Amino acid sequence: MAKITYIDHEGTEREIEAKNGETVMEVAVKNGVPGIDADCGGACACATCHVYVDDAFLDKVGSPEAMEQSMLDFAENVKPNSRLCCQISVSDGLDGLKVTTPESQH
Amino acid sequence: MALSDNDTLLVIGGGQAAAQAIASVRQWGFDGRIRLIADEDALPYQRPPLSKAYLKGEMGKERLYFKPAEWYAEQQVDLSLGVRADAINRATRTVKLSDGSSASYDRILLATGSRPRPLPLDGATLQGVHELRDLRDVDGLKPVVRAGQNLVIVGAGYIGLEAAAVARQLGANVTVLEMADRVLARVTSPVMSDFYTRLHEKHGVKIMTGAQLERLNGADGALTSAQLSDGTVINADSVLVGIGILPNQELAEAAGLRCDGGIIVDEDARTSDERIFAAGDCTVRPLVHYGRTGRLESVHNAIEQGKLAAAALTGRERPKLDVPWFWSDQYDVKLQIAGLSQDYDELVVRGDPQSGAFSVFYFRAGRLIAVDAVNAAPEFIVTKKLIISGQTLAPAQLQDTSVSMKELAALAAA
Repeated sequence: MAKITYIDHEGTEREIEAKNGETVMEVAVKNGVPGIDADCGGACACATCHVYVDDAFLDKVGSPEAMEQSMLDFAENVKPNSRLCCQISVSDGLDGLKVTTPESQH
Repeated sequence: MALSDNDTLLVIGGGQAAAQAIASVRQWGFDGRIRLIADEDALPYQRPPLSKAYLKGEMGKERLYFKPAEWYAEQQVDLSLGVRADAINRATRTVKLSDGSSASYDRILLATGSRPRPLPLDGATLQGVHELRDLRDVDGLKPVVRAGQNLVIVGAGYIGLEAAAVARQLGANVTVLEMADRVLARVTSPVMSDFYTRLHEKHGVKIMTGAQLERLNGADGALTSAQLSDGTVINADSVLVGIGILPNQELAEAAGLRCDGGIIVDEDARTSDERIFAAGDCTVRPLVHYGRTGRLESVHNAIEQGKLAAAALTGRERPKLDVPWFWSDQYDVKLQIAGLSQDYDELVVRGDPQSGAFSVFYFRAGRLIAVDAVNAAPEFIVTKKLIISGQTLAPAQLQDTSVSMKELAALAAA
């Protein structure tokens, strides 16, 4: 289990209790967190679950794999802490994770 | 004429388009009644994993559902699952349901989806003959995609090939029968067909093109083999039929809505009755980037039309239209498709198919219209953006791998 905080582009925070093994995207979508479209449902095919990972957790969430990285290279408003959150699996180690959603996924 | 909060929206059908529309109308402020009527007795779930990670056993059932049951309760969505809509009476604005009751409406969203095209041959109803469309189908298929099982797949489209990849990875003996002279003949170019044929053969799938299936043989009602018109008999414990889908337009048609190979809708996903919208596989829609209409069988389409209908229903501005896009996962190969290649008159290949990462770009009258990107996300994304913005690149430019897609994107011209 891990508590994850989703912050929208205006700064509104939502804290959600997430189960291990779910992805950070799934937790958001199932709980109706706005700002994450996740059109492809987590297949790393669409780049509409873009988030910015809180710097304190960058090491813990690890680096993107090649496919995710190349999707990110072409996303809008990419920053060094950008990730596609369908590729981040929840684990105890991510307790306290904060991610910020961009203004638009398209 | 947006919905008011005293109105009732009936959503008929419970797939991806329905799930999207319901979430979007609530997100966009509709507080009236929403009732979801779906003949499948299940909360809306994702279909793409059914032929991929779910069939393979890598993804649990609970992860397929878009939203948990509590979400529908919180959002005050009345669920009538396992209930079929039998007839729409547009004069009285009521829908007759299979449980004998009738539901009144102010607006309807038809998200009735599609069904597998049935195999029109003897033996098609034998025990051991499967389809792959819904959760129940896949739960029936799971036990037969394992080592030692002889699985014959009829139809080498994306569904058939994805299932072939999973079954082969789980150790089944897989034969794919395709009537055309190449796999994926209806949806892509010979270059792609060659690549996927080699990929599957490398993994031990037997692919038979130009195969004329004559009948399925059985004993005591259970399947034993598939028989071709040239007399070839292939032992089969199971057959999976994947020969395309048919849009579920009958309910709309009987209600007098315009249909032609699907329920005809406009750019706002509205049918010929302004109170009735339709979204997803069941529709024929304007394809604005291609100057024609067509039916799209895809997640992109279900999401986009779900949003278009929701926007029109809530009086919002029409969302920006995406270019049609698709994906397919087979073995370790991710195919991403942007655009519609059907009418291409020229193609170029970027990269070497032998390397496992390459793209095929399609052109019509010199303009880029689509890409099949194999393990090549940049080619996919750049093409998608170019088509949306009405820009193009020349075939020779795209063929030149010494220039990156990022650099090429900057060179694109209107």
